[in-house]
Amino acid sequence: MVQINGEEYQFDNKKLVSFLEEHNYDKARIAVEINEEIVPKANYDETVLMSGDVVEIVSFVGGG
Amino acid sequence: MIPTKEEFYNALVCRHGADYQKKFDEACVAICGLGGLGSNIAICLARAGVGNLILIDYDVVDVSNLHRQQYKASQVGMSKTEALLSNLKEINPYINIETKQIKMTEENAMELVEEADIVCEAFDDPVCKAILVNEVLEKAPDKYVLSSSGMAGFGSANLISTKKISKRFFLSGDSVSDVNDGIGLVSSRVMVCGAHEAHMVLRILIGEKDA
Repeated sequence: MVQINGEEYQFDNKKLVSFLEEHNYDKARIAVEINEEIVPKANYDETVLMSGDVVEIVSFVGGG
Repeated sequence: MIPTKEEFYNALVCRHGADYQKKFDEACVAICGLGGLGSNIAICLARAGVGNLILIDYDVVDVSNLHRQQYKASQVGMSKTEALLSNLKEINPYINIETKQIKMTEENAMELVEEADIVCEAFDDPVCKAILVNEVLEKAPDKYVLSSSGMAGFGSANLISTKKISKRFFLSGDSVSDVNDGIGLVSSRVMVCGAHEAHMVLRILIGEKDA
């Protein structure tokens, strides 16, 4: 089980980039942290979500 | 009659206490983007006596900014860095303010915020927001980054909140109200969001690390 933005997902060993694409995240507008550590954008393709991971995906919207 | 530096400092100590005021006085905060968020954040921090501010923006004051940004009609056409510097000096003449009139990019971001203990992301554009937050979190393990997302429109101001995403990353806003959805930016709601960021800066400086 992986926790992403407070929701529990029943998967293990899933590629981060697959999750982002399935949920239509725009990679240019997000910051991703796994277990409180930032995932560098260059590592999105190779990063794998493992059971027990707590993931935060912040998706920025416009305005300031 | 402008108060002396000592009078000014003593008045702040009366409000905040000597220990906290010393922390504010010694702090360095970078404000990246001087629009509705950044100009309000800067004013809050200058009034609180945060001793060193770095103001970063490439843009000039436009008439369309005046409804929510802390500039004056007489400043239309001036660079935002110079206009805000002038306004902040009128509010608190005794803090150090460095201005950088430049567009922040992935390449120059870390150099621009190098001296700061805390980085306030206050851009309008979501891609710029993401670039700065990612850069600071990836490359500066000793800095805090405070960011805002979702403050457009006339929705309830009570929906604006600050969340601690991780130990160095705080996010203010309602997360969803996107100016690109055709809802405009409203002065009071943007100001609430900017005040959230500024308040979190002060809380971090006094050692309160929860949102």
